[in-house]
Amino acid sequence: MFEGIVAGLSTALSVQNLIMVVAGCLIGTFIGMLPGLGPMSIIAIMIPVAISIGDPAAALIMLAGVYYGAIFGGSTSSILINAPGVAGTVATSFDGYPMARKGQAGKALAVAAVSSFAGGTVGAVLLFGFAPALATVALLFHSAEYFALMVVGLSAIAAFAGTGKVAKALLMTVVGLMMATVGESALFNAPRFTMGIQDLQSGFSFITLAMAMFALPEAFHMVLDPKRGDRGQQSGGEIKDLMITRKEAKAIAPVIGRQSLQGFLIGVMPGAGATIASFLGYAVERNIAKGEDQEQFGKGSIKGLAAPETANNAACTGSFVPLLTLGIPGSGTTAILLGALIALNVDPGPRLMIDRPDIFWAVIVSMYLGNVVLLILNLPLIPYIAKVLAVPRNYLIPFILFFTLMGSYIGQNNATELLILVGLGVCATIMRFADYPLAPLLIGFILGGMLEDNFARAVNITDGVSFMWQRPGTLILLLIGVTLIFLPAWRRRRAFARQRAQVRKEGVADGD
Amino acid sequence: MALDRWIALIFLVISLIYGYAAFNYPLLPFERGMAFLPNTQPMALSALGMVVALIILFSPKARSDDEGGDGIDLAQLRQFKIGQTLGLVAAMVLYALLLRPIGFLAATSLFIAGCSMVLGERKFHVLIPIALVTAVAIWYLVQETLGIYMRPWPWFINN
Repeated sequence: MFEGIVAGLSTALSVQNLIMVVAGCLIGTFIGMLPGLGPMSIIAIMIPVAISIGDPAAALIMLAGVYYGAIFGGSTSSILINAPGVAGTVATSFDGYPMARKGQAGKALAVAAVSSFAGGTVGAVLLFGFAPALATVALLFHSAEYFALMVVGLSAIAAFAGTGKVAKALLMTVVGLMMATVGESALFNAPRFTMGIQDLQSGFSFITLAMAMFALPEAFHMVLDPKRGDRGQQSGGEIKDLMITRKEAKAIAPVIGRQSLQGFLIGVMPGAGATIASFLGYAVERNIAKGEDQEQFGKGSIKGLAAPETANNAACTGSFVPLLTLGIPGSGTTAILLGALIALNVDPGPRLMIDRPDIFWAVIVSMYLGNVVLLILNLPLIPYIAKVLAVPRNYLIPFILFFTLMGSYIGQNNATELLILVGLGVCATIMRFADYPLAPLLIGFILGGMLEDNFARAVNITDGVSFMWQRPGTLILLLIGVTLIFLPAWRRRRAFARQRAQVRKEGVADGD
Repeated sequence: MALDRWIALIFLVISLIYGYAAFNYPLLPFERGMAFLPNTQPMALSALGMVVALIILFSPKARSDDEGGDGIDLAQLRQFKIGQTLGLVAAMVLYALLLRPIGFLAATSLFIAGCSMVLGERKFHVLIPIALVTAVAIWYLVQETLGIYMRPWPWFINN
């Protein structure tokens, strides 16, 4: 393991890769600041560029930088103009924007940067410990357990989708799995379900799908509802005075400590990413705070700003644990990264640490470097980068559309791909209006091939599906998966029954 | 019926068609004896898809459904700029169809200029230079930096 870390360090600290981190962070911050463009869209747009770099370590390092930069850029626009570019930074605007209104925009940005840095640092240290341990356990897994693990991952993503959305998320996952079966696969002899269309022979392209699911709906939504693009345009004031006093540092230190741990653990769980971590972090800190401190939450509390910022960065780092050790993405963003890895001929999973230690450790090291870059490079540049917020929408949207088209075209060099992109993008926009979550579709699509491979291998070994109950590990995992799906449905049913009972007011006993 | 149920209905139909295609999948002779067939997982998926779509179709509407999520209010539909959006979709389709015949530079500058105009931009002295510069710059980046060939000129100029 030690040699691996050294190899990773030397890879991450090479000049080329340092440039990648810096470039990734800057690009991510730049685009992440634009309201309405989340990290998923940005990474999707950047993938063709990353793939053409050719070196998987460099590509992944750049994409991870973009990811961090995007989250940081999102907090900047949350603080300055109350328009979070990213769902994970919505909680940041609760206290960040009021601070900016009070003329403390610079301080708010500094607090956000420092807490992000601290969250990312603690996350990276925990990742150092967690990832190898989990990878060692995962090496004992057979195809049967892998199959079960993917079922757990997919059901967790559906289960965490939110109230009333579990069935929709599940349906989206199934649709993603179905789309993954289109085209040729390594297992079988002939392409499947191509409907006679030559261009579907190799299946749907993952980049096209990622663009169609995230970038296009966001762009279309900005057009459809102009208010969304420029709500809260009144800026929170000039950016100056980036210093944090000693007293303030003392106040946020315990918050940062708690939230980096909590955020990381939430990030590790599949399906629960930066968004849940930041909201939960904010809620927990508000409950812990006492008296006047608690009153301040929502009115520009420095603690209320530090909590979600720490938590979302720690969760971003945490979400790399299942990606790097199990090859199973826990969130939409890591799903896109997984797709990029596969496109770069890297097989993610527990063997990654053994077969390609340079990549494994280089990514972990450069995540830390990414946090350093954000703190020492991006923070001073923020007043200048913030100028991007002034780009008029009439130019911004054509550019976003153009980059999605380009990304999909470069990957395939095929004009039919663009028509597929537009068609899927329109469908995705409509589905978004009906509150169907789109990330599960992409995660299902990316895991679909692996799921089928492992399923097939397990079935072939045991000549049937008896592996599901004969192997205890598989059985436990599958039971967890089933529970995850049915728990929210059961709770919702109970809440529904309780509502009805209350309406009737017949003195029916409450619950059981 | 609410939009989400219509979508569930469409997915139900898709699952049925997909299941039909999976069920009638032409297996090769030697594949018949295998434990895991090319249509094993597709058949399971179509069954699962049908069940979940039916659950969405027939589940009672909970109160919490109205609040959460992205805050998209369908009642505002009339205020939405559907015309502009359709215009952009049309521009993208045209771009896809014209990219090969008229070449990258012309297609891209027309696309960016066209989209901006659809969105209401009328300052042509800003718009046209931006579109042209972007097209050339991106072409140069893609061609030289990424090394991906894209034909810059229309079909009648042989290059």
